[in-house]
Amino acid sequence: MATPFFLNVVTPAGEVFSGEVDFLLVPGAEGDLGILARHAPLIAGLAIGVLRYDREGRREKISLSGGFLEVGGNKATVLAKTAETTAMIDRKRAEAAKKRAEERLRQKEGIDAARAEAALKRAVARLKALS
Amino acid sequence: MAGVRDIRRRIRSVANMEQITKAMKMVAASKLRRAQEKVTASRPYAERLQAMLGRLAASGSELSHPLLERRPVQNIGYILVSSDKGLCGGFNTNLIRAAREELATLDGKNRLLVTIGLKGLDFFRRRGAPILAQFTGLGDSPDFAAARRIANRVTELYTSGELDEVYVIYARFISVLNQTPTVRKLLPIEPATDGGRDEYIIEPSPAAVLNLLLPGYIESRLFNALLESKASELGAKMTAMDSATENAKEMIDKLTLAMNRARQAAITTEITEIVGGAAALE
Repeated sequence: MATPFFLNVVTPAGEVFSGEVDFLLVPGAEGDLGILARHAPLIAGLAIGVLRYDREGRREKISLSGGFLEVGGNKATVLAKTAETTAMIDRKRAEAAKKRAEERLRQKEGIDAARAEAALKRAVARLKALS
Repeated sequence: MAGVRDIRRRIRSVANMEQITKAMKMVAASKLRRAQEKVTASRPYAERLQAMLGRLAASGSELSHPLLERRPVQNIGYILVSSDKGLCGGFNTNLIRAAREELATLDGKNRLLVTIGLKGLDFFRRRGAPILAQFTGLGDSPDFAAARRIANRVTELYTSGELDEVYVIYARFISVLNQTPTVRKLLPIEPATDGGRDEYIIEPSPAAVLNLLLPGYIESRLFNALLESKASELGAKMTAMDSATENAKEMIDKLTLAMNRARQAAITTEITEIVGGAAALE
């Protein structure tokens, strides 16, 4: 049994998760980062993607739209603009958003490509968290 | 002395006013509860972001970013977070007074305004104060997108060199009865280098994390100021409408007394007249 450590997921709209976890996997800006208890102090930028954590033998997921991870003193804090647990994600809405973003990317002209790309990534992250 | 009928009419109109102020008070109270929840929910994020910035600065690496850049100060910007609507007691007056005091500082520097909310805009536009940008119609629950819009504009003004320093003037929500106008520095960002000199590993690099962190930091600070001011506005409105309702009650009591007195006086006069008339007949 792994030693648990404390995880906090915070957004401007409030705290999304707070509790002890055994293992944490976050989408780092340059690849996934796995965190176990007593990790060295770390600050990392996060990409849009899915956060995973193991708690009491169960794996849970939270979709993130970018943010930061700070680890220190056997505590991990994830700051994200938005974060949604699987219970909070609306599958239909995410699917519709994905389709819309793909549509927009296909048109290629007269769109803000970076914005559409980010919207697509967010939708995909939500759907991945559900699967 | 006013006639009984006039007084009765006034009582009716005051009673109508009382009903309106009472309703406004209750609406403000229910909105306030939601606004308060949002402020409390937004605080941990803002605080942790600030702490993280502090640790990043304390990590010893050389930090440079346009938003940290310090320049000789010539143009100072003030973001005034006022409300769109009135009827909220001294809320806007207090904020505007704080802003005027700042603007009145005489040291040869230019002081410019970015107004949020109609009340601040109206006041300073009428006085011909220099307004760089304005935002209105944010509604009763400002969202993060609104904060981002304002943050983008202000960041632009700062990086283009139009402003060398930016402050936010907002009402900090302490309690329903206590809202303090507060002036806080927004730009350039001064990371507080707080104690904890743990050697942090920074992924992918301090500069990259800083690039991600700083724009979000401005947004979150502004978002927090918007929410604080909104909660303060609703708190002030609730208190103002509560005392207006109390005043209306008091006024109705006074008028009722005056009306009864007038009626009695009228009856007394009538009796005296009748008695006088009867006496004259004898």
